[in-house]
Amino acid sequence: MTVFQIILMGLLIICAVSVSFSKNLLNSVLIYMSFSLVMSLLWICLESPDLAITEAAVGAGITSVLFFVTLKKIHAINIAEKSEEQKASQCPAPEKGGQDE
Amino acid sequence: MSKRKPAEEYHKTFAFHFFSWLQGEKDPYLGNVEMKPQEEYVIDPEMQLRHEKEHDAILDKVYDMAHNRELRLFHRLYQATSILFCLFLMALLLVTISHLPATGAAVKPVNNEVAARYIESGLEETGAVNIVAGMILDYRAFDTLGESHVLFVATITVLIMLRLDKNKKGEPNPLTRDMNPNDRIYEPKNDAILQLVASFLVPIIIIFGIYIILNGHLGPGGGFSGGAVIGAGLILYLNAFGFSKTERFFTEKTYKWICFFSLSFYCLAKSYSFYTGANHLHSIIPKGTPGAILSSGLILPLNIAVGLVVACTMYAFYAMFRKGGF
Repeated sequence: MTVFQIILMGLLIICAVSVSFSKNLLNSVLIYMSFSLVMSLLWICLESPDLAITEAAVGAGITSVLFFVTLKKIHAINIAEKSEEQKASQCPAPEKGGQDE
Repeated sequence: MSKRKPAEEYHKTFAFHFFSWLQGEKDPYLGNVEMKPQEEYVIDPEMQLRHEKEHDAILDKVYDMAHNRELRLFHRLYQATSILFCLFLMALLLVTISHLPATGAAVKPVNNEVAARYIESGLEETGAVNIVAGMILDYRAFDTLGESHVLFVATITVLIMLRLDKNKKGEPNPLTRDMNPNDRIYEPKNDAILQLVASFLVPIIIIFGIYIILNGHLGPGGGFSGGAVIGAGLILYLNAFGFSKTERFFTEKTYKWICFFSLSFYCLAKSYSFYTGANHLHSIIPKGTPGAILSSGLILPLNIAVGLVVACTMYAFYAMFRKGGF
């Protein structure tokens, strides 16, 4: 195992942990995308270019696009932007929605 | 040829009753079961307030952590058990992994005579330079057939869930009309940057996908990955230019026919050899010299079939997520 592979493995672990700790759904999908890219590099290192091509096309491309569309459908992307705007505009106002969730 | 019965006589037959029942023309409960028209439910504000108060009181009492001793105990126990369970699972998995043989060890059960045979005589028997392609489309073609069908079934399921119904006149179904509005109407159209980039990239991406499919038996790649690349290119094109442009060449009918022909070609080409005791179907395409593009017999057409199914499926997923149809 070369140094490069160990670095990639570390990146994988960092990505996997930070997906679950990210509060923003859009960020999680982006991190998931980078996880797939690192994984496809790792497949090349493990001498299986077939899997690398599939991982790059399906994992980093199409699955994340479908995630984006789903997030857009359920208005998860817009809500995140809106809540940030609201926080910026009316900071001292008491948060009503926080307790319900 | 049977004679056509007159209408009155036909109305007495079993077939007429059966088909009218099947099509729901006659309600069997109508006139036989006592039915009252439903009254509209009116909310009494006082009752509702009382119910809410009772609800809150119950919740306050049950989740009163400071005084409810059982709940506190249960919480502690729950946390302790979950931590213990996680630790146990981690230990179990780590112990199992430490007992696995090292990668590539000779005692590994993977290294049996099957793998050796694939490597030694794979090129000779399948004609594919890429042994992986020879394996998945020749030795284990049945698995790949199942995978293609899994993709097809997945699309059908998504179609059932996300499709916007239209009746024969082209009007949307009143039940689902308001549920899934096409969300592209809120977006800015004719994005110049995206369109310019897409007009450069889409041909390259699609040609790359075709290259991967056609070279599946010579180099890394194959039907699935190439189809996914082509599907990604189609999705990019769709995003840049909208549904009106893609519907010129890709509609639901196109999807149905491409999937039908690809899957049935795969089935027919391979089921011949499945049913005749795994003898190989004598392909029209000769085995050829290994390394040439027209070699390795049936693997190239099978790759093309799988690639078409996968590309169409990826595009169909996106289109159905986006607007509930093609």
